Amino acid sequence: MSPQPSEAAGGNGGVALIFELGQEGRANRYLENAKPLETFLPPSLLRDDLPLPDNSELDVVRHYTQLSQRTFGIDLGFYPLGSCTMKYNPRVNDAVATRHEFADLHPYTPDELAQGALQVMYELERSLSSLFGMAAFSLNPSAGAHAELGALLIAKKFFKERGQTQRDKVIVPDTAHGTNPASAAMCGFKVISLPSDERGRVSVAEIGKVLGADTAVCMMTNPNTLGLFEDEIAEIAAAVHEAGGLMYYDGANANAIMGYARPGDMGFDLMHLNTHKTFTIPHGGGGAGHGPLGVAAHLVEYLPIPVVVREGSSFRLDFDRPKSIGPMRSFWSNFAHAARALAYLYANGEEGLKRVSQLAVLNANYLRVKVAEFLDTPYPENCRHEFVASAQRLRKEHGVRALDIAKALLDCGYMAPTIYFPLIVPECLMIEPTETESKETLDAFAQALQTIVERAASDPEALFAAPTTTVVGRVDETRAARRPDLRWRPATGQEEGSRPAPKK
Amino acid sequence: MYAPHTERDVEQMLETIGVESLEDLLRVPDPIALKAKLDVVPALPEYLIQRRFARFAEQNPGVDYRSFLGGGSYRHYVPPAVAALAMRGEFLTAYTPYQAEVSQGYLQAIYEWQTYICLLTGMDLANASVYDGATALAEAAIMALAATGRAKILVSRTVDPNYRAVLRTYCDGLDVAVDEIAFADDGTTDFGALADAVAGNAYAAVALQSPNFFGCVERPAPRATEAIAASGTVPIGVVAEALSLAALAPPASWGAQIVAGEAQSFGVAPAYGGPYAGFIASTQEHMRRIPGRLAGRTVDNAGRTAYVLTLQAREQHIRRERATSNICTNQAHCALIATIYLALMGKTGLRNAAALNLTRSRELASAVANVEGVRLKYATPFFNEFVADVGRPAGEVLSALRARRILGGLDLGRFYPELGTCILMTATELTTSGDVRALADALQEVLRVPATV
Repeated sequence: MSPQPSEAAGGNGGVALIFELGQEGRANRYLENAKPLETFLPPSLLRDDLPLPDNSELDVVRHYTQLSQRTFGIDLGFYPLGSCTMKYNPRVNDAVATRHEFADLHPYTPDELAQGALQVMYELERSLSSLFGMAAFSLNPSAGAHAELGALLIAKKFFKERGQTQRDKVIVPDTAHGTNPASAAMCGFKVISLPSDERGRVSVAEIGKVLGADTAVCMMTNPNTLGLFEDEIAEIAAAVHEAGGLMYYDGANANAIMGYARPGDMGFDLMHLNTHKTFTIPHGGGGAGHGPLGVAAHLVEYLPIPVVVREGSSFRLDFDRPKSIGPMRSFWSNFAHAARALAYLYANGEEGLKRVSQLAVLNANYLRVKVAEFLDTPYPENCRHEFVASAQRLRKEHGVRALDIAKALLDCGYMAPTIYFPLIVPECLMIEPTETESKETLDAFAQALQTIVERAASDPEALFAAPTTTVVGRVDETRAARRPDLRWRPATGQEEGSRPAPKK
Repeated sequence: MYAPHTERDVEQMLETIGVESLEDLLRVPDPIALKAKLDVVPALPEYLIQRRFARFAEQNPGVDYRSFLGGGSYRHYVPPAVAALAMRGEFLTAYTPYQAEVSQGYLQAIYEWQTYICLLTGMDLANASVYDGATALAEAAIMALAATGRAKILVSRTVDPNYRAVLRTYCDGLDVAVDEIAFADDGTTDFGALADAVAGNAYAAVALQSPNFFGCVERPAPRATEAIAASGTVPIGVVAEALSLAALAPPASWGAQIVAGEAQSFGVAPAYGGPYAGFIASTQEHMRRIPGRLAGRTVDNAGRTAYVLTLQAREQHIRRERATSNICTNQAHCALIATIYLALMGKTGLRNAAALNLTRSRELASAVANVEGVRLKYATPFFNEFVADVGRPAGEVLSALRARRILGGLDLGRFYPELGTCILMTATELTTSGDVRALADALQEVLRVPATV
């Protein structure tokens, strides 16, 4: 059922594709008219056609406004997506980051004419180093996973220079984010998955079994993805160091520890932050992110380039770092996001950041206690920034899965929690409220969730049918994967060399 | 802090939890508890945050100089409607669209982006974006390694030096060697050398950029494309100035199987280097090796058209260490900006913008070529940037231009020691004839003074 142009797509409640709208020649006059392309280049270098639609500005505005209205963001409601820290994104961050003097600044602007931008990077770098107990950060990586890759490249180089190429194992707890093992594989490391104990934590005893002369890095997040603080972390770090390995801190959950504990003090040698989580950078529907990479003193020289340094009262980008792993992206940093993160640090200061962590943990525990009244919480103790609940009992008794609960929550106007993660909790719902939500919001959410859980017994079919109030019902993911339709195609003959659309 | 809690809220919540104080929830083992005083920037009220950043902004005077900088980041006209739409809170504050039913709008926008990239590059499919052009090249190389089982990558020296450096960073991690092909006297890849190099069937991929870092339009010679095909090497086309795709024959036209590029030119601000929007497009055969998110069109339980993230079995959250890549967060919002930009410009507007870039860059080239002591280094057709040889250390000339509030371009000696007297100059539709005159006049003045060396 290939969607027909606007009429049909609109007819079943959908929005036509931009390619199905417009008329050739309906151009917006943003620029003066130039001579034809053939004036400048030989025909052999030019393309024959460009099958893109011409739409009036109004039609484009309506189209993307309609699409925005079919998209759920924090601005519309509670977004308790575990491990994603979907807190309010203050608008002042955007106001400062999108100033002309930053937005229009070319990355090759000489340092002496871009001191303001460099100072933004420098102040952020220094503040993060202090806040997390690292010797220095590089603002080069573009996201958390990107920084993980950078950290493992550093580890690889570090061991290579010491003649320890046999260190090819990366230890990752079974509660770790999927990016951890994937990043390790991108550096040729082999992954050892470490089981959590009955307390949901990594124990010194357990890690002792896998440490050895082949240990390269142990990657952990603390608090872990169950929302629990790894209380043996100092002993674990000591054991890893004793074995000659390095400790890596996945900073996805840093919102829980600011002002209370620092990865550097816990014994971590490397870490990343997701400033698009902890430091309120809008996630934008999947990025851009920003992943500062921090290191302890013995690894500073390996940081990706460039690193911003201060000399007297001026700042410069330092590229001349012979031991660096090299650059990880085209240009220096996702600078606009560095500016947003710094604005957030200014809005808080040290005391404010500590308060952020306090209230994030308070909200998570409050909601945990509320939810525990009607849903199993496999680790019934005080959590940090997030907690996990399990729908395993509902599944056994009524056939209702975590997925069904998630979909029913959408009908109540909430984003669903992270589901089926961490992998060790069956029918897992991973809930992170963040500190920017009010008690009233948490109460209402708990009430909605309770109603859904009660309905699992009384009317499970209603949950299997959810969501029913959204613009589409449950989406056929199997069909999407079996018969991939990843792009619109012009009607046959319009696009040179185009292939017929896949049969449906 | 942006938290709504009153003192009373906190008390009630602590009571519900059953603890005495916040400290009971946040305490960590004493040996690691934070005792140091932190050195974080001080808290400021919002209006003073704005003033603080206004001060920073004043320290970026380069932003208002007449600029001829390009080389992978370009200033183009962006209609205000782009920001008005993209900055809507629904888009801005969404996470990755895991819950398709409440993310149909964003998923459709990603599907539109994928389509735009396919139509522009001539490829069969495209992903939802990667970090930037450089990481797109690195990820494309990894696709080719998996496709061929080989362990070496070949890249032309005319590919953006930053892209090549990032490619090397990634390949170091995989113990993959990266070899480079020299360029010929016309500023394009030495295709004879390329043909010889791939003949050994040792390379997983060969990467070529057009327009290349010197601005030259590259057109692989038949001998080269035949050798690439015969050797089973995966040809990767690199595009750093995406606007060129509106005018030039796309990478598919010379046989590229993967296109790695940067869409910053489509409405994304230069922003001192980021965030931008990288893309990877490929032929059908590489579909299951492509990294990152893919939005697909399907139906819902009532048969209505619906969109969803698909082929997730490639990805890290499912496959963990066996994933095609570790990428999770991509550049969705920048890709959205690019999509809206492309929709507003349309075919007519985009081709016209490309023609204006050709116009202005030719005006600039002819003006600087008329200055005594300057010559255009290459006669090869170019898109919107070109190499000017100023006959003395480029750094010195650029520094003298800066004193006249002109950023005359990029000192190529920074990346190519043999081009120490050469400047990469860029002109876009935003370059005025006043800018062109100012640069030509200033160059004339600067070059009239005898060189200091």
